[in-house]
Amino acid sequence: MSITVIPDPADQTSSTVPRRSVLRHLLKDPQAIVTAILLIVLFSAGLLSPLIAPHNPNAANLDAINAGVGTPGYPLGGDESGRDILSRLLYSIETSLISALIGASVALAIGLTAGLVGGYFSSTVRNSVEWVSSLIMTFPGLITLIVLLPLTGGDYRWTMLILGVLLAPGTYRIVRNLVLGVKKELYIDAARVSGLRDFRILSRHVLFSVRGPVIVNTAFLMGAAVAAQSGLAFLGVGAKDVPSFGLMISSGFNNIYAAPLQFVWPCICLGLITGSLVLFGNSLRDAFSGPRPKRPKPVHGLRVADGAAPEQTPTSSISAHAPVLAVEDLRVSFPGTKGLREVVKGVGLTVAEGEVVGLVGESGSGKTQTAFAILGVLAPEALVTRGSVRLEGRELVGLADSKLAALRGRVVSYIPQEPMSNLDPSFTVGSQLTERVRHCLRVSRREARQTVLDLLARVEIADPQRVFDSYPHQISGGMAQRVLIAGAIASRPRLLIADEPTTALDVTVQAEILDLLRDLQKEYGMAILLVTHNFGVVADICDRIAVMRSGEIVETGTTREVFRAPAHAYTRQLLDAILEDDDSPAPSAPADRLVEVAR
Amino acid sequence: MSALLDVDQLRVQFAGKGRRKATEVLHGVSFDIGESETLGLVGESGSGKTTIGRAVLGLAKVHGGSIRFDGQDITATSQRQRRALAKDIQVVFQDPYSSLNPAMAIGDILSEPIVQQGSSSRDARARVKTLLDQVGLPSDSVDRRPQEFSGGQRQRIAIARALAPEPRLIVCDEPVSALDLTTQARVLELFAEIQERTKVAYLFISHDLAVVRHISDRVCVLFRGDVVETGVAAQVISHPQHIYTQRLILASPVADPDRQAERRRERRRLLDQQPTVATA
Repeated sequence: MSITVIPDPADQTSSTVPRRSVLRHLLKDPQAIVTAILLIVLFSAGLLSPLIAPHNPNAANLDAINAGVGTPGYPLGGDESGRDILSRLLYSIETSLISALIGASVALAIGLTAGLVGGYFSSTVRNSVEWVSSLIMTFPGLITLIVLLPLTGGDYRWTMLILGVLLAPGTYRIVRNLVLGVKKELYIDAARVSGLRDFRILSRHVLFSVRGPVIVNTAFLMGAAVAAQSGLAFLGVGAKDVPSFGLMISSGFNNIYAAPLQFVWPCICLGLITGSLVLFGNSLRDAFSGPRPKRPKPVHGLRVADGAAPEQTPTSSISAHAPVLAVEDLRVSFPGTKGLREVVKGVGLTVAEGEVVGLVGESGSGKTQTAFAILGVLAPEALVTRGSVRLEGRELVGLADSKLAALRGRVVSYIPQEPMSNLDPSFTVGSQLTERVRHCLRVSRREARQTVLDLLARVEIADPQRVFDSYPHQISGGMAQRVLIAGAIASRPRLLIADEPTTALDVTVQAEILDLLRDLQKEYGMAILLVTHNFGVVADICDRIAVMRSGEIVETGTTREVFRAPAHAYTRQLLDAILEDDDSPAPSAPADRLVEVAR
Repeated sequence: MSALLDVDQLRVQFAGKGRRKATEVLHGVSFDIGESETLGLVGESGSGKTTIGRAVLGLAKVHGGSIRFDGQDITATSQRQRRALAKDIQVVFQDPYSSLNPAMAIGDILSEPIVQQGSSSRDARARVKTLLDQVGLPSDSVDRRPQEFSGGQRQRIAIARALAPEPRLIVCDEPVSALDLTTQARVLELFAEIQERTKVAYLFISHDLAVVRHISDRVCVLFRGDVVETGVAAQVISHPQHIYTQRLILASPVADPDRQAERRRERRRLLDQQPTVATA
């Protein structure tokens, strides 16, 4: 189980997720509001330029040559040819807007279609679309646009159209990758089983799931088109009679000694437009990803609420017969939408030396969070509000992470549920284990290597050397769990915490892993805290069990007691839900007979 | 009487990537399901049980053998044939989180296949209300989205979607494996109750012997792409004939400390005598 907490059903229904209103989210984001207003003002000024511009942008007036700011009739002055800078700015905005619209819509139309088709249909279609896309990507962008100038006749609109084609592979890649992901979702399979046509699946299910990133990408595409158009004009490519930021910056640049301000205005406008587009795109992305809870600063160890840390026991008073683990009144909370939400509500638990205790409960019962609190690896936002966790008499709550880290892996070890995700795919099994052994036992590399090989043999791996040299993807899930067990027992810990260690495994492999754990427990005399939901596993290996429900322990007892005479109604309910296979091979049916049959 | 679903010598290959050879995951699997019967397919990971379900649903390409539904060959169907079949064959997947489109309201998820079958959207709305009622969900669920429901509730929605066209066969691919124990028991009850009322047949795929034993009339035990044992559920599980079935049964723990200790000893004894059968 991951660190995320599954809220209990009651909580889930009361705090129903509101329909993800992107608009509402945007209205709360100051960055979105400011950039949207800027864009609206600038673009409407650009659209209205024929009406509001005081002069024709290309009309030259000898009197206005290099006129200063505030010259009557020329609020921002005139350029080196005596043209009104304000009017030229307004017309340039219009040019930018048209460029953005043409470039982005062409890129979108091509990229989106190609992405949907290339991602959804068979590999033949995908490969051909991919080939064309790669071909387009090999064209050097600006140079292609310049070389094609004779074709476009210098009209920036044609140039933007070609730019759109050149930008399309980017959009295609984004859409295709999203579609490939969505295609694996079971609801697409369900839609196909329902007999929906491909077109309908694409338009209804697939398009809808990829819309967010595509909309965000559009804002960036528009920014790219504006920048490309200005860049080309700055280089002097294209018609000179269409006012644009590039042309204005270029002429302002040439004139910088005579009138330094001329070059500032188009730069500000261009900067505002592209900057706003990119920032608005970012806000859109945030809006689509939904509200994100504010993460507190990551704090390692157990984050303890003020005054909740119990007194540290002086070492002298630690009794020699203290249980390996004693948890008292442990409370763990997570910050939720409505203040702190308690997920562990006063758990008390002891594990004696060499004892196997099962912590049993359904999802959301807080069993994993209890285990994480004991290990001191709760999620950073989690808060221990009360209680004490004593490991061999030493108080862990309130202990600095450096001291906790010294205990983890030596006194207490951990086996996770998903063995594969707990091995780093880029290193060999051997190097990962060696590193761990060197850290825990402080031995030389050579010694560590030998220890690891011995351990791998101890966990009944047939060919330790081969597994030592393997990468995690080369071994099976059961083998990976053996490897993790080998790592966990390297330091001969006093307590082993196993969080659903066999849930992800096949039953035959599960039986083998349980056998191994039982043998190791006897040999090393270590205590095991086994977190599980499976009563069969509990019956197999546990001496005592503690049943958890919504953050509380409702019943504890020896395994036999609890199975024979469950005291709490919830335990009875759980036991009743077990599908009994009463007519399984009875103990009376001797194995010899079974084997005979098999022969 | 011919069977509702008749799978004969089914072979499926997965295409290899690049130059790697294709691997065959089903090596000629045969079984049949009668009207309103439940066949349990049980096996461990890699046994090919999910692939069988996908082949029946037309989601996996068949390389050999045949699949017949109600006498009609459906081994390789065109999209048009598949649309017609959608009325008769439906599915409930394992993962209740990925099997419902998070962007659609429950009402739309449920009415989509009904409208697809040619009903008007108003009829579909009415039918959705009945369906929700049948799976024990409140009718105001219509306007809510999948993420507002728990795993068990989502699985009920998936069941309602499968029931929408009144199919004759539902392929259930590990439909209760992701659920908690108590939820699992209630969802299994729902499956049984629906079968009693609608006479639908189930192809029930699971790795959990107890679940399969509980719901199935007959079971098929799969091991690495082959059927190793078929028979009446109670018979197969109490008197397993094949060595693999025996190992499988003895490996699944019983929720009773004493009987489990007994079963463990039994298993050890079997393993000591038959050390050659490899599993992992």
